[in-house]
Amino acid sequence: MGEAARELTKDEVAKLLVAVGRDRDVEAFERLFRYYGPRVKAYMARLAHNSQAAEELMQETMMTVWNKAAQFDPSRGNVATWIFTIARNLRVDAYRKDRRPDFDPNDPAFVPDNAAAADAAFENVQEAERLRRAMEELPEEQLQLLKLSFFDDRSHSTIAEQLNIPLGTVKSRIRLAFAKLRTALEEKA
Amino acid sequence: MMVAHHISDELLLSYASGNLAEGWSLAVATHLALCPACRHRLFLMEKTAGQLLVDLAPEPAADGSWERMLARIQSAEGTPTSQPVAVSPACDEIPILPDPLRTYLGGDVTSLKWIPLGRGAYHIPIPTMDRKTKARLLRIPAGKPVPEHGHGGRELTVVLTGSFRDGEELFARGDIEEADTSLTHQPIATPEQDCICLAVTDAPLRFSNWLLRLVQPALGI
Repeated sequence: MGEAARELTKDEVAKLLVAVGRDRDVEAFERLFRYYGPRVKAYMARLAHNSQAAEELMQETMMTVWNKAAQFDPSRGNVATWIFTIARNLRVDAYRKDRRPDFDPNDPAFVPDNAAAADAAFENVQEAERLRRAMEELPEEQLQLLKLSFFDDRSHSTIAEQLNIPLGTVKSRIRLAFAKLRTALEEKA
Repeated sequence: MMVAHHISDELLLSYASGNLAEGWSLAVATHLALCPACRHRLFLMEKTAGQLLVDLAPEPAADGSWERMLARIQSAEGTPTSQPVAVSPACDEIPILPDPLRTYLGGDVTSLKWIPLGRGAYHIPIPTMDRKTKARLLRIPAGKPVPEHGHGGRELTVVLTGSFRDGEELFARGDIEEADTSLTHQPIATPEQDCICLAVTDAPLRFSNWLLRLVQPALGI
């Protein structure tokens, strides 16, 4: 566990994931597993009824990471982003009665983005760092809303009731938070 | 063609979080297929979620968790590692309905069976697994209004072909309109062609006209 406790940099995890996708590198996968597994399990535990169910969904998520590592698209986000989307989709399948339709970039009607993807991998590490710093600057009340929405599967009206604030306040805090994060990313340092 | 009317942050956040009902999600995903700008906003939200995931207090894995994982990936060896190249069938024409909507309906607009609503308007209900919302494809005849109505809840409308005016605003392909209980409106299809849009509601519309209110239950709107 000593090794697992060490923080991995965003650069390192990206290289590990490439090694998993390209070379089927089991050691690299073990490091990703030990780093992300417990975090994914914590995410699942927010909805799971017990620790075993959370463990199962974590295993499913990491199995998907192993199987789809070669499909990781750095233009859409970094490794943590990608793992979040996999975990989210599995959690929707497990705990929601309905589905979550998604767009398909291979669909002929899909409108592609014309902005040229620069050096996506490099850009991503820079951008993720700027995003992390901007998130640290967010007022606690805004960050709390984002966490409740992402992790606890609560609608904004439920959150408003829980926090005993008007729904309009929830909405304006969400807008303020993302306006700040967007601005932070647009400022190319 | 630039999309002019976009998804609100709060709706997009619910979609990014995976806690938006299927009907609403269908409208959001259809807009996203046509709007690169909103996809960028979605990706920012997912990046934020990724960072929050990394910051979560880790929940220790069960004993023997890695050994189990290792056994699973070793027995799974031989599964394709590179993505199956998804080649869409060669298409001379771009479909009117983007995915995921086209898949829900089982084909593009020309192959569908439209159900008359009266006054030249047609619709097709879209089945989802979500009981909270009703999704439908609507066809409003060129130059004609949708009868003036208010909303018992929320209404999302995504334009797929043609366009409509709502007051001063023009909504064309890809545009999404979010209406709630505070809005009473009378969208009017522009004269050039019929307007086809995806409409999702969570409560019956409130028509201003009493006659329409009378036949409404039979139409299921």
